[in-house]
Amino acid sequence: MAACMRRICGSGLLKSNHGIVLQQVNKFSSSSSWTRSQKALCTTAGILTGGAAALWYTLDRSVQAADLILHPPENHWPHSGLLSTFDHASLRRGYEVYKQVCAACHSMQYIRFRELIGVTHTEDEVKAEAAECMVEDGPDDAGNMFKRPGKPADSFPSPYPNENAARAANNGAYPPDLSYITAARHGGEDYVFALLTGYSEAPAGVTLQEGQHYNPYFMGGAIGMAQAIYNESAEFGDGTPASASQIAKDVSAFLRWCSEPEHDERKKTGFKALLMLTVFTAISIYWKRHVWSSLKSEKILYVPRKKL
Amino acid sequence: MALFEVLFKRTSTFALTVAVGAFVFERSFDALTTTIFDRINEGKQWKDIKKNYEQ
Repeated sequence: MAACMRRICGSGLLKSNHGIVLQQVNKFSSSSSWTRSQKALCTTAGILTGGAAALWYTLDRSVQAADLILHPPENHWPHSGLLSTFDHASLRRGYEVYKQVCAACHSMQYIRFRELIGVTHTEDEVKAEAAECMVEDGPDDAGNMFKRPGKPADSFPSPYPNENAARAANNGAYPPDLSYITAARHGGEDYVFALLTGYSEAPAGVTLQEGQHYNPYFMGGAIGMAQAIYNESAEFGDGTPASASQIAKDVSAFLRWCSEPEHDERKKTGFKALLMLTVFTAISIYWKRHVWSSLKSEKILYVPRKKL
Repeated sequence: MALFEVLFKRTSTFALTVAVGAFVFERSFDALTTTIFDRINEGKQWKDIKKNYEQ
């Protein structure tokens, strides 16, 4: 270790050098040359800034307490842990639910079929999935748009050509695009799960308009979407019993993956980075103690010169 | 001191040692962390369920 350090840093590091260290430390401190009033001004500014931040935080909390919404409970997901990846069998079932149930009304235009390769499906399966839908392409040589079978590079097909068509077909309510929905809602996949399983009768005093349904997890309670998830409302290719909560859980996990496809790699890289940084922290502590050792083991006295 | 004489004394061998050492360390560190990560997530990742869907 010492040989390497000497090689990298030169011999200066190993010499007793308390004079240099003391000067350097003195240089780092910017407040040593300040006057009394400057210090007082800085302290006041710091206290005011901190106080304003604290005030803003408390006021913001009290505003949130007035929301007319039921916050979703936090569930324990297979990917909840610091080092836990998605359960990819669950993601695959979630895609099946999306295709059989959600895709009837919701678009998912920012997800391409090819992104499923190596996550939930093999390349051959994805090619077959994409070929099932017809995609508008063109213009051809004559300037006409034409339909062709989908390819893995195409995005998931949208049920409506545009937002107005979607509103017209759904009583004026726009079914949001689900590509990034767990990133766009407080509570993420917990919210989606709670919403899908949280439908109930409207309590006394709440009047719903034509085509509206009651869901306490939805802002305001009145939601345009009818309950879509029931027992057996989807079919799983791997034979898992399709209970309502199983369906909701799998599709919520799938939507989380859509919002955050880098999730697994992110946790793995974070794990590696934290391990490395632990080693670097140990090295820098060793280095600091080494540099300071001469100074820490000496007693420094200030003896004023006697006036002549 | 043998280590110093053989590897660290000459700049050429020192630089070579750093390069080779970095490569060996990175590969082994990556293998180690991947093994730990895969053990924690056994049965959940795509590579664990891929065999069910490939012909």
